[in-house]
Amino acid sequence: MNWAHYGTAVTAAFLASLVEFVEALTIVLAVGTTRGWRSALVGSAAGALLLALLVIAFGPVLQRVPIATLQLVVGVLLLLFGMRWLRKAILRSAGVIGLHDETAIFAKETALLEREPRAAWYVGLDGIAVAASFKAVVLEGLEVIFIVIAVGARGMLVPASLGAAAAGALVIAVGVALRRPLARVPENTLKFAVGVLLSAFGVFWIGEGLGWSWPGEDLALLALIPAFLAVSLAAVSIAKRTTAATS
Amino acid sequence: MNTIAAAVREVWGLFVEDGSFTAAILLCIALAVSVVPRSAIPPSWRAPLLFIALAFVLVENVRRSARATKTNPEKTKVQGQS
Repeated sequence: MNWAHYGTAVTAAFLASLVEFVEALTIVLAVGTTRGWRSALVGSAAGALLLALLVIAFGPVLQRVPIATLQLVVGVLLLLFGMRWLRKAILRSAGVIGLHDETAIFAKETALLEREPRAAWYVGLDGIAVAASFKAVVLEGLEVIFIVIAVGARGMLVPASLGAAAAGALVIAVGVALRRPLARVPENTLKFAVGVLLSAFGVFWIGEGLGWSWPGEDLALLALIPAFLAVSLAAVSIAKRTTAATS
Repeated sequence: MNTIAAAVREVWGLFVEDGSFTAAILLCIALAVSVVPRSAIPPSWRAPLLFIALAFVLVENVRRSARATKTNPEKTKVQGQS
């Protein structure tokens, strides 16, 4: 275990969590703008509380799983998760599918929420607003928890958690300052980078979990990252050529 | 109940989007777990071979998806979540 491991764990957790926090923020901002900030913040706080309880309840269970099994299972999940992101980011970079647009999602959510009738639910809170922000925080937060657990496998939970916490603090601070969706975040570039990092971690953990020896030991992780990047850039080029050739 | 169902769908969607892509990745892993240890592949080549197999799966799926989307342009309008 060395600085390279800590650095990649912090970076991967930070970038991946940043994307999830931005998506949650878009929904919470839409709720707050249309239905009131009090209900939006209560729903978000309730969602964050549920996530904290889940971590407290299930976190210690992970400590009891044998390390090789944990690495293999986490590696498989991380690989499925990372390569899914990578595939989508490649297809978006090549123009095969449309880009994720936070401004459009914000407008859509705002329009949907404005159509819903207003009704006091409990101590003046708007039930629809509480539920919408609660759901956004829980669903995106589950992804953040998974990312932290997966990236933090084998004693890296602290650096992974620090990366995710930094991303959360940054997004919340910028969201509070701007009070509008973070449309300028280069989301597809982030997802591309995160897909590369998570896929590299996934393959590495699977190899470790199976007891295989990587050339260069732990430093193989630093070779897997540029290798996945090179393959992905080649895939973008292939996708562009394929769409051009069949048009 | 709706929130629980949505959460289950969200968690499933974390890992599975294109079924054939997920199946191909799982097949690579299954071969790595069951076949490779009994094969004559030198230990130092096993991990790099897994990477190569997964890289091939990724490139092939992207190429196939690009071709499929071209024949069905409506897919380019999709703005998928996460």
